[in-house]
Amino acid sequence: MSVGNNIAPSKGAISIRNVTKVYDPGGANVMAVDDCSLEIAAGEVCMIVGPSGCGKTTLLNAIAGFHSITEGQIDLDGEMLCGPGKQLATQGADRVVVFQNGALFPWKTLADNVAYGPVVQGLMSKADAREKAMTMLAEAGLDGVADKFPGEVSSGMARRAEIVRALINDPKVLLLDEPYRAMDALTKSIMHESLLEVYDRTKVTIFFITHDLEEAIFLGDRVVVMTTRPAKTKKIVDVKINRPRDYRLLSSEEFRVLVQETKEAVHEEAVKAFEAGERELA
Amino acid sequence: MTQSSKKENGGILKKIFSDLTFKRGIASILIFLILWEIGFRFHEWFGIMVPFVGKIDAPTLVVARWREVVLQPGYWESWYLSFGRVFFGFLVAQVIGIPFGLAMAVNKNFRGLFFPPFEILRPIPPLAWVPASIIFWPTTELSIMFVTFLGAFYTVVINVLGGARSIDIQYLRAAQSMGATRWDLFRKIILPGTLPSIFIGAAVGMGITWEVVLAAEMISGGGQQSGGGLGFFIWSSYMGGVMDQVIVGMISIGLAGYISSSLIRYLGHISMPWRRMF
Amino acid sequence: MSNQSVSSRPTGLQYFLYKSAKALKTPTPYLAFLGITLWLVAYYLLCEQWRIFPFYKVPGPVEVITEWINKDPIWGTSMFTEDYYINIWVSCRRIFIAFAIATGLGVPLGLFMGWSQKFKDYAFPILELLRPIPILAWVPLAIVMFAGFETPIIYLATLASFFVTALNTMLGVESIDESYFRAAGCLGSKKHHIFLNVVVPGALPYIFTGLQISIGVAWFSLVAAEMISGDYGLGYMIMDSYMVNKYTTMVMAMLTLGFVGWITSAMVRSAGDRMMQWRERALGQGGV
Repeated sequence: MSVGNNIAPSKGAISIRNVTKVYDPGGANVMAVDDCSLEIAAGEVCMIVGPSGCGKTTLLNAIAGFHSITEGQIDLDGEMLCGPGKQLATQGADRVVVFQNGALFPWKTLADNVAYGPVVQGLMSKADAREKAMTMLAEAGLDGVADKFPGEVSSGMARRAEIVRALINDPKVLLLDEPYRAMDALTKSIMHESLLEVYDRTKVTIFFITHDLEEAIFLGDRVVVMTTRPAKTKKIVDVKINRPRDYRLLSSEEFRVLVQETKEAVHEEAVKAFEAGERELA
Repeated sequence: MTQSSKKENGGILKKIFSDLTFKRGIASILIFLILWEIGFRFHEWFGIMVPFVGKIDAPTLVVARWREVVLQPGYWESWYLSFGRVFFGFLVAQVIGIPFGLAMAVNKNFRGLFFPPFEILRPIPPLAWVPASIIFWPTTELSIMFVTFLGAFYTVVINVLGGARSIDIQYLRAAQSMGATRWDLFRKIILPGTLPSIFIGAAVGMGITWEVVLAAEMISGGGQQSGGGLGFFIWSSYMGGVMDQVIVGMISIGLAGYISSSLIRYLGHISMPWRRMF
Repeated sequence: MSNQSVSSRPTGLQYFLYKSAKALKTPTPYLAFLGITLWLVAYYLLCEQWRIFPFYKVPGPVEVITEWINKDPIWGTSMFTEDYYINIWVSCRRIFIAFAIATGLGVPLGLFMGWSQKFKDYAFPILELLRPIPILAWVPLAIVMFAGFETPIIYLATLASFFVTALNTMLGVESIDESYFRAAGCLGSKKHHIFLNVVVPGALPYIFTGLQISIGVAWFSLVAAEMISGDYGLGYMIMDSYMVNKYTTMVMAMLTLGFVGWITSAMVRSAGDRMMQWRERALGQGGV
């Protein structure tokens, strides 16, 4: 594990400006995001928290190119991803997503899953890609299960493999949509350490959606609290704790203070969402 | 991208979108009918017989024949007879099949005993039973009913079995922890929980029933005392060489089958209000 | 760490023996045996021993089996006669051809209908228009369209199988979780990559379920067609022996038909299991 890595991150700066998203499930106009603006620096770990169904995933989907935006603009490293004239971003391996319920292809082994990106982009031959996949999986401690199918390994291993699958493409941004939501606390803490280790090594920009406050503060450089639907930035909490971080941080004073600060903002929104009682957008 | 992610892109688009689907469907069917008409007329116009399609009477002829046939009472009698056979055989299959399936689902011993012979006999197509059925039953009508019953019976039982076994065990445990008796469990959890599968089994079984009735009418009817029915209508039209009437018959049966399936779907819809939210 | 995984996985034979030993300790196989025996005994008693009306008209199991293993059968057909095997072969050959064509046309059609909304808009209405017409209603038309005996029969079986396969394949593609499409997209796939790496493998389980149903449907239609207008084939054998009152041969044909049908179904199922290794192993872990 490399400590005190001096790579200066130079790519992956996201600029979200006045983005609004309205969509129409069954005739009722729903505003998922309302005039939301956010600047994310290159190499930053940006955590997005908010009550369930508030529209945080909509932002991620817009960046990834899964959904269009109605108004506003999103740039990546100065170039427009989507905006006026092009409401839907093109999907690409510079912004890879790790999904909530895991989206490793069940019909491919872990190694083949990881090798998939470079092969379809035409960057490497199958053999080379497989070799690189095995190396990267070994780095993540997964070489023993590299030739198994996702259905045969634990969810923790599968999720880690999914992150490797994303990283082999050397993306500018890693988009994570509540990836550890369905895991127990013990597995989660291992996932956290694994992600931190990966980040320290690669300094990739991370856009991470979660509803777990402690996870947000433990992992992030900044925590952005969103309001209930329609989503707007409510509060931004800077987490000025040095890296590398480890689990001992969780019981420190400064950590507790940060959690308290964020919690007040989130709680307010959570109560509003609860009272509104609407079905989650998911 | 898939269809669903295309749909998300803007609410206003969705309305036009479904209109587009509709328009394309209409266009497609029209092209199909036109090609069919041309295929048949080709011989008239150019003297060359188009293979296969060239021999099937054109839509215009079929429509003309239909307007004639609709006025004949014999045609509607065929509908009545076929529907009657389907309905009856289908009902008997449900009445016997559903309890049988439920018994197998609920009682392990019953299933262990009866499932193997059931499974062994199942691969034999119902129609293969027609001659045996005719030998066995005193009247032709009964033998047709029996074969019809067999066809639907297998489907119903398999679906009921699958449905009952897939009920989430947590529902059963929740009920038990609230003091339910075995009978309560059966009536309030297993029965409603199996309803969706019963209706799926019914819808599929309905299709099979029509096939069997049709076949039985064509094989064993064909001019005998208890003939009649739409299958007989088609067969006798064929024997008489009136091909456009054959097509009228085919479409009529298709319609009849569609109506009966829709009826089942409707019944399913109203008896399972909890599914309406979708 | 890596050498562990190879030696700890049990071989196929070990696994089979273990499962069999385990199964024999439960009441299931004994009940099955009892159930089948009871049924056979009832069949025998009703048809041959007690001879109640109307069961006595049907040949019982002993009669049928005696005839079947008879080197010089009374009614002319047994497992030792040539025509028995000719009939089986003819029916099987027709099924293979029909199933092959139906699958070869139905799977791609279903895949495209599930994959492209545009394609589905054009193709699906025609399919839905023709599907409600029962297969047997096509018999007269088939006879008129195609020359000879063989082609109409194969046509009917193909048609039935085709509808089922196409529909199930389409539904299969539509059931694939959206996440897989998105994952493939954000990893830089082009359209044909998504088709080969997501659509086809994702729909495979549904395709095989459809194929199992469709082979059953193919047999159903084949037998019907053979009974109406055939020469050779098991359906024809049933009808023909019935016509000349060779009831024992008739029952023999029925049972053979059931057996052959079951084998073809099992073949499809095991082909599916082979192609979907990832499911087998996952289910092995999760267990049911």
